[in-house]
Amino acid sequence: MNDRVAVVRFPGTNCEAESLAAVRRAGGEAFVLDYRARSLDGADAVILPGGFSYGDSLRSGAIARFAPIMDAVRTHAAEGGVVVGICNGFQIVCEAGLLPGALMRNAQQRFASRPVDVRIERTTTPCTSHFAPGEVIRVPVAHGEGRYVADPGTLAELEQDGQVLMRYVAVDGTDAPHNPNGSTSDIAGICNAAGNVMGFMPHPERLADEALGSSAGHRIFTSLLSSLTGVSQ
Amino acid sequence: MTYHVHVRIIPRSGLLDPQGQAVEHALGSLGFTGVRGVRIGKAIEIDVEAASVHDARAVARTMCERLLANPVTEDFLVEVDE
Repeated sequence: MNDRVAVVRFPGTNCEAESLAAVRRAGGEAFVLDYRARSLDGADAVILPGGFSYGDSLRSGAIARFAPIMDAVRTHAAEGGVVVGICNGFQIVCEAGLLPGALMRNAQQRFASRPVDVRIERTTTPCTSHFAPGEVIRVPVAHGEGRYVADPGTLAELEQDGQVLMRYVAVDGTDAPHNPNGSTSDIAGICNAAGNVMGFMPHPERLADEALGSSAGHRIFTSLLSSLTGVSQ
Repeated sequence: MTYHVHVRIIPRSGLLDPQGQAVEHALGSLGFTGVRGVRIGKAIEIDVEAASVHDARAVARTMCERLLANPVTEDFLVEVDE
């Protein structure tokens, strides 16, 4: 049996199709899980995909964290299960307290929708094991609230413990500011201390097929699936 | 009885508030001198059933802690009409 990945759909989620496709292209089984569900339906891993859950009312992710499915997501994370938050999903896992810190309005006051270069800072997580340490990939971002902030103590801990998953970096020959949102220390994504909960603003699922001109994000999903191998067998 | 609650959510000082910055700059352009520390938050109005002003304030504070404010980035103020 293939490893099963649940892609949670909240009202306002809009990246579930790309997330399903990216998992399937990497060889996994993926299905949409409704936000009203109370269990993960046997999933080995959970993706909280991008979008505008609940219309970003109040704050991005603030309402989604109370959706019925989130109890099962919390339990899964507490038991060491893999949880991946992409863009709005990252905002949701931060709001839910599964990752520290928060995502604020972009410093530039503009919605950022463009490719960015991110360096993979840690390669020992379920989403990054198929990358070389320090490898830089170019993937899209599309967000208005992606400026990662946390209190100084938390930031120091993230750096010391290697919980920064990926960071925006400047690549020679590109004009746009390398950091699309003004995030602290150029942080694009982080993981929890145990490494099983990950969140990032870039959208690797949107660029995981050569038919789209690049498959730079594909290995996020092959990494994810190889981390699960054996779980469901 | 019903109490009218005013909740103010303010981005924590020390964190960059790009909206506040833009407005501060605009105020300067309009000739308002000596303007500093502009921060833009949210105002939330709530009618709440409670036994007393004290209870209304307590439940509104709990609402702020659980949902209305993000403790990482925001402070809140609660006022109840008596």
